[in-house]
Amino acid sequence: MKYISEYRDRTLCENLSEKIKRSHRKPINLMEVCGTHTMSIARNGIRQILPETINLISGPGCPVCVTSQYEIDQFIELANQKDVIVTTFGDLMRVPGSRSSLQKERANGADVRVVYSTLDCLAIAQKNPAKEVVFLGVGFETTAPTIAAAILAAENKNLKNFSVISAHKIVPPALVALMENAQVNVDGFICPGHVSVIIGAQAYAPIAEKYHVPCVVTGFEPADILQGLFMLVEQFENDEAKVEIAYRRTVTWEGNRRAMQILDQVFESVNAEWRGLGVIAGSGLKIRDEFSEFDALRKFALDVPYAADPPGCACGEILAGTKNPFQCQLFGKSCTPETPVGPCMVSSEGTCAAYFRYRARDIEL
Amino acid sequence: MCLAVPMKVIEIDGNRAKVEMGGTMRVVGLDIIDPLPKVGDYVIVHAGFVINIIDEAEAQTILHDFAVLFGDDDEVHF
Ligand code: SF4
Ligand code: SF4
Repeated sequence: MKYISEYRDRTLCENLSEKIKRSHRKPINLMEVCGTHTMSIARNGIRQILPETINLISGPGCPVCVTSQYEIDQFIELANQKDVIVTTFGDLMRVPGSRSSLQKERANGADVRVVYSTLDCLAIAQKNPAKEVVFLGVGFETTAPTIAAAILAAENKNLKNFSVISAHKIVPPALVALMENAQVNVDGFICPGHVSVIIGAQAYAPIAEKYHVPCVVTGFEPADILQGLFMLVEQFENDEAKVEIAYRRTVTWEGNRRAMQILDQVFESVNAEWRGLGVIAGSGLKIRDEFSEFDALRKFALDVPYAADPPGCACGEILAGTKNPFQCQLFGKSCTPETPVGPCMVSSEGTCAAYFRYRARDIEL
Repeated sequence: MCLAVPMKVIEIDGNRAKVEMGGTMRVVGLDIIDPLPKVGDYVIVHAGFVINIIDEAEAQTILHDFAVLFGDDDEVHF
């Protein structure tokens, strides 16, 4: 059965790529915003089955990759505070800050624990009343409501030793910043699947309209991505700029309202610095004053100097889509998944990691 | 990072649910989903919380996507 379904997939993909070739005339630059799409495109060799004039660019689609060097340094500084247990999702552990990483600090004795969910952090806080448990909040709209829910639960339980450092980012303002950047040349967005489950496809409508850029939300299977590409090419050829959903029944127009409401209750939007893209208006989430007792940045006066990105690392240009990993002088030399220099090589969804892992397929091009 | 996995609801207790997929059991939060899922429903779980309710066919398709995406050699992190 397995082979039959794979065969069907292959036929479906071939049909879709034929359809794309038939409707495609003008050269087009399409950006995939999500790291899981980047992985799937690289793994399935999607670039190879497309005409050369369809250029797929990877965007700022991984929350770990866009976390600024300064924020990473803050996390490391927190891990070094007395009587603090730092909790985090695993992806952050190996990201190098200016001088160290969370993994190195843990080896040196800092109490850094990888958790699966913020519910685990609450349990750790209850078990360790003499310590402060800080969660490193990194993620987009998919993740931020889960952190907000933990803050509300902590308030409910009257838990005084739990706090969050909020480095969350929201996606639509980043798309606006890309469209406003003269160096970036994007004719259509492959919109993220899971972020869109939360924010709903309608969140892209103002961008599609203002910048006359087609936006299609797709899933992660090759057939999903090809279907999304076909819809983008069709719109572009017809000079349309609509928001469409190619991700079957998982994404709706209005999204998950309850999640958005909780997110709004706990966070307010602020300007935030994205690695490589600079400060983007209204793209970060700060814990509201009502919940300041859960804000680690207010509980700890951290003294962290501002830090620039690592020398030679082109993550910034890669996240903006103005360079690909092969154009970074460190790629595959001093920077590999074992010895990463920048976060794009660390994260399992980082663009450099995807290109490194599947580069043979891309080089064949 | 934002990987979300489909799982089946086995039990509901207040705003927590026990969910299962392929022998992996988890307790997850129902804090950010409305309307609530029912026992037997398929849901999408991200970072320990249900973010969406889907039908069984969709759950199977997504599981297939993960198999394609990560291959059998890779561990899928729940
Ligand atoms: S290859 Fe390494 S150094 Fe170069 S951009 Fe990617 S992560 Fe940064
Ligand atoms: S949250 Fe989901 S959609 Fe967004 S970047 Fe991560 S994997 Fe992609």
